[in-house]
Amino acid sequence: MKIYNGGPIVLGIAIFLAIALFPFYNNIGKVNATPKPKVDTPAILEYEKLNGKKECVESKEWMRGEHMQLLNQWRDSVVRDYNRGYVSNSNHKRFDMSLQNGCMKCHSNKKKFCDECHNYLSVKPYCWDCHIQPKEEETKS
Amino acid sequence: MSMDRRDFLKAAGISSILGFGASVASAANLITGKQLLPPQVDRNKEVLTAKRWAMVVDMSRFRTDEDFTKTIEACHSIHNVPSFPNKKDEIKWVWKTGFERAFPGHENKYMSEHLKDMPFLLLCNHCDNPPCVRVCPTQATYKLPDGITMQDMHRCIGCRFCMAGCPYGARSFNYRDPRPFIKNENKEYPTRTKGVVEKCTFCTERLSVGKMPACVEAAPPGGLLFGDLEDPNSDVRKIVTEKYTIRRKSELGTGPAIYYLIGGGEHA
Repeated sequence: MKIYNGGPIVLGIAIFLAIALFPFYNNIGKVNATPKPKVDTPAILEYEKLNGKKECVESKEWMRGEHMQLLNQWRDSVVRDYNRGYVSNSNHKRFDMSLQNGCMKCHSNKKKFCDECHNYLSVKPYCWDCHIQPKEEETKS
Repeated sequence: MSMDRRDFLKAAGISSILGFGASVASAANLITGKQLLPPQVDRNKEVLTAKRWAMVVDMSRFRTDEDFTKTIEACHSIHNVPSFPNKKDEIKWVWKTGFERAFPGHENKYMSEHLKDMPFLLLCNHCDNPPCVRVCPTQATYKLPDGITMQDMHRCIGCRFCMAGCPYGARSFNYRDPRPFIKNENKEYPTRTKGVVEKCTFCTERLSVGKMPACVEAAPPGGLLFGDLEDPNSDVRKIVTEKYTIRRKSELGTGPAIYYLIGGGEHA
C-alpha cells in the first residue's frame, strides 16, 4: 500500500498523539497523593487527653459523607429558626451550631482539614467569602 | 403477529404509564432513603423571646455627637461593617440624619432650629409589612415570627430589589469586597461578601444568647429601649402607649417598629 504524502501525514499524526497523550505519559509512575486531612490541632489533642478519645459532632464516617448537608441544616436552623443547639445523634452531646464559633474552634487547621480534600476533589465551597477562617500558625512540616 | 394501530397505541400508552410510575417511585425512594435525620434541636435556655420586638429611640438622651458615634460604632464593629472611604460605597446598619430627611413632610417653616437640626438615629424599621421581603425573589430576606426582618446572606443574589423597595434606605449593597475595609474583624461574626445586601438584624445572634442588641447597650442610658411591644408591661409598650411617639413614614403602611420619642420624658 502506498500513502501519498506519507511522510508529513505520519509526522503529523505523531505530533498530534504526542500532544494529546501528554497528560497520560507525563503522569506515568507518579503517585497520585490521596488527601490526608489532619485532626491534630491543639484543641483536638486537648479534648482527646481529657476524654480519652477524639469525637466530632457525629461519627467520622458519617461526617465525611454528610457534613455538607449537616452544615446546610445548621445554617437554616440558626438563620431561620433561632435554634443554635444541635444534639448529636451518636453521642447525645450538645453542640453549638456555628461554623466560626463551633467547628473551627476545634478544627482550626483549615488548610489541612478543609482544603486538603476540597482541593483534591476540586470543590470550592464559598464558606470563607464571608465566614472568617481561624488564623493558622505557620508550621513547617 | 399483526397489530392494528389502535392496539398499538393502547399498549404504548399503558407501558409508558407503567414506566413513568416506576421511575417516579424509584426516584422518591432514592431521595427519602438518603435523607438526613431531622436535626435534634436544643434551644439555648437564655434566648430572649418576644411576640413583637420593637425599639423606642428617646431623642432627648442623645445629646452629643459622641452619643451617636458610640452607638453606631458599637453596632458596626461587632457586625464587621466596613467603612469605605467613598460615600457611594457606604454600608450602614445604624446611622444618623437630620429631622427633615428622617421625617419628610413633618417639617414646617416655623419649627424650632433645634429640632430642624437635630440628628436622628436611624436603622432598619423591622416593619410589620416589609416591602423588602415582598420583593425579594429568593426569600433571602424574610420575617421572623418575633417581628424581626432578617436576611440570609447565603441566599442573597444581589439583585437589590429590596433596596428599591425599602422606603427608609436601610439597606446597603456591597459594591466591593468589604474585607479590606474592616478595621478590626470580630472573629465571632461573619463578614459579608461582594454582591450581597445587608442591614440591621436587631442583633438576632445576640438575642439568641440572651444579650440585648449592641446599640441598646452602647447608647446613653435610656436612649434606646428594646422590648416586646405585645407585652403590656414592657418599657417600650408603656412609652408607646403613654407618650406621643412618631414613626418614620408610617403613612406608607409598612408598620415600622422603631418609635421616636422626640421631646423626651420631662417635656414631651
